[in-house]
Amino acid sequence: MPGQFKKVRRPPDNWRVRSYLPAILHGLWITAHHFFRNLFIFTAHRFGLLKRVRAGVVYQWPEEPRPVAPRYRGRHRLLKRPDGTPRCVACYMCETICPAECIHIIPQEVPDPFIEKAPRAFYIDLSKCIFCGYCVEACPEDAIRMDVFDFRLAGYDRFQMVLDMETMLNSEPSHPSQ
Amino acid sequence: MQTFLIEVGKALYLFGGLMGLASILTWLERKQSALMQDRVGANRARILGLRLWGLPHIITDAVKLLTKEDFVPAGVPAWLHALAPWVTLTVACLPAAAIPFGHVFPWGGQTIDLQLMDMQVGLVYTLAIASMAIYGVILAGWVTRNKWSVLGSLRAAAQLIGFGVVLGVSLIGPVLLYGTLNLQEMVRWQDTTVLHGWLPRWGIFFQPLAFLVFLTVGIAETKRIPFDLPEGESEIIGYFLEYSGMKFGAFFLADFIETVVVAMLTVTVFLGGWSVPYLSADQGGFVWPWGTYTAVSSVGIALLQMAAFWVKVFAVCWFLLLIRWTLPRFRIDQAVRLGWQYLLPLSVLNAFGTAVVLLMIGR
Ligand code: SF4
Ligand code: SF4
Repeated sequence: MPGQFKKVRRPPDNWRVRSYLPAILHGLWITAHHFFRNLFIFTAHRFGLLKRVRAGVVYQWPEEPRPVAPRYRGRHRLLKRPDGTPRCVACYMCETICPAECIHIIPQEVPDPFIEKAPRAFYIDLSKCIFCGYCVEACPEDAIRMDVFDFRLAGYDRFQMVLDMETMLNSEPSHPSQ
Repeated sequence: MQTFLIEVGKALYLFGGLMGLASILTWLERKQSALMQDRVGANRARILGLRLWGLPHIITDAVKLLTKEDFVPAGVPAWLHALAPWVTLTVACLPAAAIPFGHVFPWGGQTIDLQLMDMQVGLVYTLAIASMAIYGVILAGWVTRNKWSVLGSLRAAAQLIGFGVVLGVSLIGPVLLYGTLNLQEMVRWQDTTVLHGWLPRWGIFFQPLAFLVFLTVGIAETKRIPFDLPEGESEIIGYFLEYSGMKFGAFFLADFIETVVVAMLTVTVFLGGWSVPYLSADQGGFVWPWGTYTAVSSVGIALLQMAAFWVKVFAVCWFLLLIRWTLPRFRIDQAVRLGWQYLLPLSVLNAFGTAVVLLMIGR
């Protein structure tokens, strides 16, 4: 037998299907069921009952925080060494791989002979960043992570969207996976 | 003078009810669709910090539409441009005048007939006015000199005329059954019970096919999904494409008013109008099917019947919105074929069958 094939059964084409009525009634039943279920649960919430059951799928942000998935890529953060200096060695890996070309690093010499370089300034332009996470994966020193859970990234002009090294070094991880 | 004041009062009552219900429908449409789709719906507008389940959005919508730019395309006669929404709005409201919103109200030794125009041909009047809805739509599409608007108008013409025919024919069955064209008489016919007092004698139980066809055609006449081809917001935006601000708002409101009017007509012809099940004005109270009796004063009966009318209209409006948010849109050829090839023969068949049965039982 040349190859295998599967016989697809055609959906029935009779007056029941043609009249649309069974399908329409079924659809009305589904939507009406959702309507009354949600109406009942919302009303119960008003009286402080059934609080554990959600009505609808909407989070009333900003009053109600939205849960974050463990793999959520948040805002960038630079990690520190035990002595407080940045772990980053200004190797330019992240700047090179960044598809949005939004990382700008200015390196400087450090006296410690076991550390090649250190960033003097480290900017990420969040208005260009596409939150792909390549910078995190490229970093050989595990110096950069995206675990600051804050998606309210907005500014009144472009310069407010640029993260500087100070901010990134002093950020705390606020991610559910941490 | 007193008669005049009573007439004005009745007109204000009916018009206020119609407009109020149409405004509430704009809110209900959002909230009901939200609940049907597991959402919450518009709830951010507030009055003095009170959100009131999103009800203030009715006001914010009106304020927004009133303060928006009122754009008239170049080369369009401004008065014709402004005329179309008003024609649509007026024609949408007028059929309600023949709808009985109650039976009689005893007041100061006389009885007030709770109907604006007591016409022998009330049903024909309603259908005639409803068929005029096409003028505003054609005018709006044609005058704005926009190809998409014209396309919308042509679709509306094909749809409204096709379904307008079915609208009339589908009601022949009930008219034969009731033996009258007077809407008040129709409701009086339905204001009793059958099956040893258990079942209200409503038209829907005797003319289910006519009810189904009429409801379908009624939805098509309101030009809303699943029959919103004249609007077709995903392809042509429709006949009101060149309208903005409150002129667009007038078209928008007219759709809701038509929904309410269709609901009123459905209730009057098929769902017993103002009649409350088991409540009999002749007996002066409820005659329950299990043989007991509850007396109600004549004013109480009148108020109950007026309330019953609005409750039924609201319920039908809810059902129309349920349909609007459940079904996808028909294509224009499907809609026109549905009207001419299926619904028209069905309603003719129904009229014929009703006539034969009535002849056989000798009425
Ligand atoms: S997340 Fe992607 S786009 Fe953003 S800085 Fe890192 S590499 Fe560049
Ligand atoms: S890849 Fe890591 S170490 Fe290299 S410059 Fe970027 S953050 Fe610094």
